[in-house]
Amino acid sequence: MSAPLLDVRNVTMQFGGLKAVEGLSFQVQKGQLAGLIGPNGAGKTTVFNMLTGVYTPTLGEVAFESKKVSGLKPYEISSHGLTRTFQNIRLFKDLTVLENVLIANHQHVKYSWMDALLLNDSFQKEEKQITDKAKEILHIFGLSNKIDERSANLPYGEQRKLEIVRALMTEPKMILLDEPAAGMNHSETHSLMELIAKIRKEFNLTVLLIEHDMKLVMGICEQIFVLDHGVKIEEGAPEKIKSSKKVIEAYLGVDADESH
Amino acid sequence: MRAIKTPLIAALGILIVASAIGLLTNSYIQLIILFLFVNSIMGMSLNLVNGYTGQFSLGHAGFVAVGAYVTAAITTKFPVPAGLIALPYFIAVSLGAGVIAGAFGYFVGLPSLRLKGDYLAIVTLGFGEIIRVSLNNMSYFGGALGISSIPSMPEIDLGGYVISTFATSLIFAIFWSIICFFVIWRLLKSSHGRCFLSVREDEIAAEAMGINTTKAKIQAFVVSSFFAGIAGALYAHFTNYVSPASFTFLMSIDAVIMVVLGGMGSMTGVLTSAFIITVLPEILRSLKDYTGGVDLRMIIYSLALILIMILRPQGLFGDKEITTIRRKNVSSST
Repeated sequence: MSAPLLDVRNVTMQFGGLKAVEGLSFQVQKGQLAGLIGPNGAGKTTVFNMLTGVYTPTLGEVAFESKKVSGLKPYEISSHGLTRTFQNIRLFKDLTVLENVLIANHQHVKYSWMDALLLNDSFQKEEKQITDKAKEILHIFGLSNKIDERSANLPYGEQRKLEIVRALMTEPKMILLDEPAAGMNHSETHSLMELIAKIRKEFNLTVLLIEHDMKLVMGICEQIFVLDHGVKIEEGAPEKIKSSKKVIEAYLGVDADESH
Repeated sequence: MRAIKTPLIAALGILIVASAIGLLTNSYIQLIILFLFVNSIMGMSLNLVNGYTGQFSLGHAGFVAVGAYVTAAITTKFPVPAGLIALPYFIAVSLGAGVIAGAFGYFVGLPSLRLKGDYLAIVTLGFGEIIRVSLNNMSYFGGALGISSIPSMPEIDLGGYVISTFATSLIFAIFWSIICFFVIWRLLKSSHGRCFLSVREDEIAAEAMGINTTKAKIQAFVVSSFFAGIAGALYAHFTNYVSPASFTFLMSIDAVIMVVLGGMGSMTGVLTSAFIITVLPEILRSLKDYTGGVDLRMIIYSLALILIMILRPQGLFGDKEITTIRRKNVSSST
């Protein structure tokens, strides 16, 4: 098997006396759709924050395409092709939908300040090119008719979608989705899942997602990692996770009779 | 050809208007008109940092001081060429003043832009004061006395027809105001400017989308201080005198008021409030005649500001431009 796209090696994140994540290792292969699950407070979002450079792991390291990325700044990691969405939506609220998406393209922009000030051809050509690209992705997510809307005015589900569109605009190789279906109803969740599967194919993406909706996770993920109290307690295909005693205990607690 | 024609026609238009103003008004009103432009440039440049990039800076006067002093030192210590060449010479000097102010902005911004909110405000206020106090103690720049007899804009004699100092000053002021407006406006319509906006909106998200927010903040700060330096250069030429006392933090506060009053992140809003801030205190001067010598000027001025902030807490224009206000209102009501 070739080297994994994302390789997390024995990572620990300590906040003062609290170990939010301890000795965590896992690998995601190129093209995989993986899930990270666990009860509330298990440290899932902390893992995402470490992967994307918001936190630097206290111990251990994260490698992306066999290159060490832990310790880099978030924008540097993003330029390696690893991007994310946020659990508590972080859109650029006062900007329009289109502007939100265009900003994510900045690292690929070639025209200089001078080109922008002089309004010359290379500026106009590239600006048109990235606008078209943004509109194309927005179209896939059914947001075409909202491009001039202030992003804070979008309904909740569309804000979540817009976050994914924005992340896609950075041209990632791998995308981390932090509870993409949170707050969506059943049918919205369902269509979102189809969309994730679709963009994964279309953009040749590797996906790692955090989700609470078990049906959804079991339905689309090929590989699942289960986290509890900052420690990985199980990993494997959905069938294995479903029948794992450790996972059931982590979610539902230990049977009173057995604990004696 | 058009590229030359348009500014030429504009300059001619300004000349005619300026001569008319020059004939109809006295030097007091002329100075107020010139200060409209100084304050506009000051407000627009601070708006780039406070309004668009969302970094609260309180040290703008420091950079204005740098620009003013550089201009004052160069033009008093080196002879000014006479006649028509004087105008490009002054423009070159003011450009240099802007560049040096921009360099100051870089070195002040580098350490202080790590801070946010109130902390950044305090640190920039501190840097502004450091610049002023340093000038106060540098004998090369005249210490507390400052530098006097800075040359005004030249009078140009075009074979009998004399272009007055006021007219050349006005051309000089409008020239820089347009450049300032245009640079900031264009920048914000490009990817580089959108970075500034993203920093204001959500720094963590901006970083995650591949934007080097530290770099963006410093870029905004440098451009802002550059134009603050330009405003300083105009100030020096129009008042003919600079001293450390002219650049206290009250000047920074004035600039902040312009930004907040006009609406954080609205170019036309800041221009409007620059007009109000410049003209209102002067109009209120005449009030003394009606109140029997009691000077209520500053009281009414402050009350007006308080009232505007109560009635329009988001500023006169919010974050909208005068051209988009109607359209936005329509779309938000549906």
